[in-house]
Amino acid sequence: MARYFCALIPHIKNPAMENEHITNEPESPHASRRSFLKQSSALAAFALTPPAAVAAVENGLDEKVAVAFEQQPLRVEINGVAQQLSVEPRVTLLDLLREQLHLTGTKKGCDHGQCGACTVHVDGQRVNSCLTLALTTEGAKVTTIEGLANGDKLHPMQEAFIKHDGFQCGYCTPGQIMSAVACIREGHANTPEEVREYMSGNICRCGAYANIVEAIMDVKKKGGQL
Amino acid sequence: MNPFQFTRVSTPKAAIAAVTKESGTYFLAGGTNLIDLVKREVIIPERLVDINKLPLATIEKTATGIRIGAMAKNSAVADHELVKKHFPLLSMALNAGASAQLRNMATVGGNMMQRTRCSYFYDTSMPCNKRGPVQSGPDKGQPNGPTGCRAIGGSNRMHAIFGASGKCIAVHPSDMCIALAALDATVNISGPKGDRSVPFSEFHRLPGDMPQKDNTLAPGELIMSVDVPTNAFSEHSYYLKVRDRASYAFALVSVGVGISMKGKTIQDIRLAMGGVAHKPWRLKEAEQFLKGKEATEANFKQAAKLTMTGAKGYGENDFKLTLAPNSIVEALQVATKTA
Repeated sequence: MARYFCALIPHIKNPAMENEHITNEPESPHASRRSFLKQSSALAAFALTPPAAVAAVENGLDEKVAVAFEQQPLRVEINGVAQQLSVEPRVTLLDLLREQLHLTGTKKGCDHGQCGACTVHVDGQRVNSCLTLALTTEGAKVTTIEGLANGDKLHPMQEAFIKHDGFQCGYCTPGQIMSAVACIREGHANTPEEVREYMSGNICRCGAYANIVEAIMDVKKKGGQL
Repeated sequence: MNPFQFTRVSTPKAAIAAVTKESGTYFLAGGTNLIDLVKREVIIPERLVDINKLPLATIEKTATGIRIGAMAKNSAVADHELVKKHFPLLSMALNAGASAQLRNMATVGGNMMQRTRCSYFYDTSMPCNKRGPVQSGPDKGQPNGPTGCRAIGGSNRMHAIFGASGKCIAVHPSDMCIALAALDATVNISGPKGDRSVPFSEFHRLPGDMPQKDNTLAPGELIMSVDVPTNAFSEHSYYLKVRDRASYAFALVSVGVGISMKGKTIQDIRLAMGGVAHKPWRLKEAEQFLKGKEATEANFKQAAKLTMTGAKGYGENDFKLTLAPNSIVEALQVATKTA
């Protein structure tokens, strides 16, 4: 991969230079940070792209990169919105959400099903979106962290995580919350011990586990429809 | 990930035809192991055939036991009332495996098909006899990375103590398969040459001279269902999993046990071990020894000692030579409630 990267770099025009208008927008640190990240991931995508796509890249917009590969239609409902998409077979649900639909609430941690940061619900079941090929969700209903709140009103689990300080850096939090909601719905949140066992697929490097368990037990005790 | 073709199928026949037609084609079920391997370029497929829409997810009672469809999710099997009541060992083993998310994705057939593997297998810059040739692209047919076994004489803490060969000492990491091997399950298979059934303990294979092959499936064959016969073990079943952390880790050693008791006497018993071999390791000698004997620590220790005949450590995993028999004794004590 490193070899690929070096070979391709000279072909790539400096994305930061070409997109100076972004930095000319009114001061918004969030917008700048997001734009920077998007440029960075585009750069990384170039590095990992086989030569077949390089022509498409050099001829214009980076959107054309994807067109260089065979795409297949995908009908999927995401957070209540029916989507008709065109997706390459190797695209994971996680990458579809983040890169194509710009739903960046779902996080990429390990990208190998070991950390749980990418947890979403597919037809009500919590899954690792990093190991789910997007095309296998044909006809399914996907819920991400963006689909949990009701307008401006946070989901009870989101409120509980804030109340109990269930996070520090926050990177694992969307996955933790999606997993926690499913954990209660599945009926696996009867005791703190059971919560620990059934939340073991969500790793928190900051070690907020004690507060996460408290948040989940709090929501569970209050009952109500989740 | 390298690009690959993708086909959706709605019948087992179409799935089998698609995989038989083209080399480098794989069935895609839950994908929890396959997609991971494709990402790491350990497997570079030509085409994936999505079998998730096949109608094979039913769990039903039969005249002789229970039939579990190959596409039933691990979580659905673990939480099924029939399984919990009559086959608690299977439920316990399933719940000891992976994470809640992965169990929601992984299927019964996929769990069986997960690769017997180790960290050298996963690192294509390291020697490994198990990876075999590249399946797609310009390097098709070439070895996928250097050959040899770096685990022998290398970092082998997780590796086998039974049935290994000079070519491979990796272990099959499934928990579910330990329970199914212990419970004398049968695997129902459909393929280009018709249908057949094999005893569960003959489904997976030892590495021998062909560690590329984890199981006895022929090309294009598809697992349709697994039958588990009725037993009298529901009162005395236990799955002990010893691992580096309390949850969500592969077993160092695991023991699946099902017993029927009359008073203090063991009437019938099934025993299998995980984390110790290239396939689920059934302990028939210990079963034979314990049948008709009293459930005492002395008898358990004697049985555990019997199972260790032929065990071999490779250095870092020498501790398993002690951990394995101790785990057997503990599992038996818990199952017979004599702990």
